[in-house]
Amino acid sequence: MSKASERDRPALAKSRTGIRGLDEITFGGLPRGRPTLVCGRAGCGKTLFSVEFLIHGVIDYDEPGVFVAFEETEEDLTKNVASLGYDLAELCRRKKLTIDYIRVERSEIEETGEYDLEGLFVRLGHAIDSIGAKRVVLDTIEAIFSGFQNTNILRAELRRLFRWLKDKGVTAVITAEQGDGTLTRHGLEEYVSDCVILLDHRVRDQISTRRLRVVKYRGSSHGTNEYPFLIDEQGISVLPITSLGLDHKASSERVSTGIDSLDQMLGGKGFYRGTSILLSGTAGTGKTSIAAHFVDAACRRGERCVYFSSEESPAQVTRNLRSIGLDLEPWIKKGLLHFDATRPNFNGLEMHLLRIHKLIDQIKPTIAVFDPLSGYLTLGDSLEVKSMLTRLLDYLKGRQITSIFNSLVEGGHSELQSEIGVSSLMDSWILLRNLEHNGERNRGLFILKARGIAHSNQIREFILTDHGVELKDVYVGTEGVLTGSARAAQEAREKAAAQLRREATERKKRELERKRRALDAQIVALRTQFETEAEELQKEISLEAAREQVLETERLQMAQLRSGNGGTKPRRERNGKGA
Amino acid sequence: MSVTKARKNSETQSDKWILRLYVAGQTPKCIAAFANLKKICAEYLDGHYQIEIIDLLENPQLARGDQIIAIPTLVRNLPEPMRKIIGDLSNTEKVLIGLDLRSRT
Repeated sequence: MSKASERDRPALAKSRTGIRGLDEITFGGLPRGRPTLVCGRAGCGKTLFSVEFLIHGVIDYDEPGVFVAFEETEEDLTKNVASLGYDLAELCRRKKLTIDYIRVERSEIEETGEYDLEGLFVRLGHAIDSIGAKRVVLDTIEAIFSGFQNTNILRAELRRLFRWLKDKGVTAVITAEQGDGTLTRHGLEEYVSDCVILLDHRVRDQISTRRLRVVKYRGSSHGTNEYPFLIDEQGISVLPITSLGLDHKASSERVSTGIDSLDQMLGGKGFYRGTSILLSGTAGTGKTSIAAHFVDAACRRGERCVYFSSEESPAQVTRNLRSIGLDLEPWIKKGLLHFDATRPNFNGLEMHLLRIHKLIDQIKPTIAVFDPLSGYLTLGDSLEVKSMLTRLLDYLKGRQITSIFNSLVEGGHSELQSEIGVSSLMDSWILLRNLEHNGERNRGLFILKARGIAHSNQIREFILTDHGVELKDVYVGTEGVLTGSARAAQEAREKAAAQLRREATERKKRELERKRRALDAQIVALRTQFETEAEELQKEISLEAAREQVLETERLQMAQLRSGNGGTKPRRERNGKGA
Repeated sequence: MSVTKARKNSETQSDKWILRLYVAGQTPKCIAAFANLKKICAEYLDGHYQIEIIDLLENPQLARGDQIIAIPTLVRNLPEPMRKIIGDLSNTEKVLIGLDLRSRT
């Protein structure tokens, strides 16, 4: 960016905190060169917040920092931060960081007459100047109130301190204890008015959730929600999850389910990439098996998957899946499949969401499986659950991750009704249900919806074999929907009937052939007879012709005779012929 | 306990009092504190004392050692235990109590 445009830009200059998520909420960090107040009750993470602000400043943004500790000694602080993998002592040696422990002990101090806190200013000024610090932390400055009696002087001096910090041009974080009904116990928010961040640690139903809220940020827009944050071995991470919108792109790429017959039901190609799939069904209907097929197929294609298991351990899942001929172990070893097994009640909803986010950010999978989702649904009321799911889905879709949610339906409830809150968020919904008939239980599968995919409306029988899942057409006819042995019997009956029909046809064909042959034989016989007769007749015809010839000859002779002698002989001849 | 007795006690504990007055420049408060301190010492310590003036504007790093925040601060390093009195030392009674020259009643 050019200098001119930077000058023209009215936006406030900001210092990035380096705390994951916070810089997104504040659109760039804390106000540069101004003090920020971080308040909260004991144990809410104020000190960690400020330490991270300083350390990231030193390491990531090359801004040396001064930490003024009123509560912890340098040694304690160094030890505490070492667990996050930071070596404060080393940073101090490199003159990037100064830790100044200020002990205020009221019992040691007698007050008489006018005084001011110039000593604090001098110390702070010295520390800042000696390393050229750009960032300052005062943790917890309210400790001063316990050390001195004259609050009038203190208030005036604190006001002067914050003005002084501003004049120094350092970005400062001041922490303070939260009071009853007020942001801070001693009203520090009066003095620090540029940016106030409230940290909260609440416990509900024995589940703790940490939340962060930007109460005030003068001169800048900021996310105003309460954002959950997590403190773990990597420090603080805040998630600006509610700021996600409905602007994810839609891929037209399809991903196979890993089950050919199921792909066939989905227009032959499977689901769209980046969509969400709900697999719901009662216990033991094979939800995990279908999800595992999906994962297996993805790993075969070389895609990374994350499997969030909330009821079974990874070892248990993989062992159970081996019984249907699916071995996920190699994929885990190859690093393509990552298992994350956590009990739902281990954390609050927000914390789970945060953990899921972190893991997905870290692994960058294309497929995510949640098995089952139901455990999470009991962690809050339906509104909370829906809000969490919405954010989770937005997040997954924003990253084009195809997600499978297994949902256990309690027996006795209607499958459709109990999932209604969740299902509208899902793009596809496959329902697995038990079909009871003829004293046996069989699994049925059908696709309730698949947005944008021409899908089969048929119920398929779902069979777990030792080589995976198979889908069979169920028998639907006058007998009703038949599955299992009834379907097998019906199929056998149909086979027999078909056999019979085939045999009948064969018989008819043979009959026809026989008739044709009989006809041919008759034709031959008739022709023979005809030829015999024709020959006979031909003979007679030629005989007659010969006689005629003879008669003619005789008549000629007779005529010759009559012209000579009587002619009686020819008459006799004529009579003889007429007989 | 009378002032004289207390002085005798402290004289027996140590030969010399070492007092440090932390100031930051020549502010009215600091000048007043120094004047008040000299007066009190002259009156109650009778020559058995040594006053060291430390100007933090010149030596800011020295503030750390005695944990100085407020200015002016008077620190009694000797005799033990260490005592701190902050302010311009205008209230002689309080200074005497702070220096253990008068008991806290």
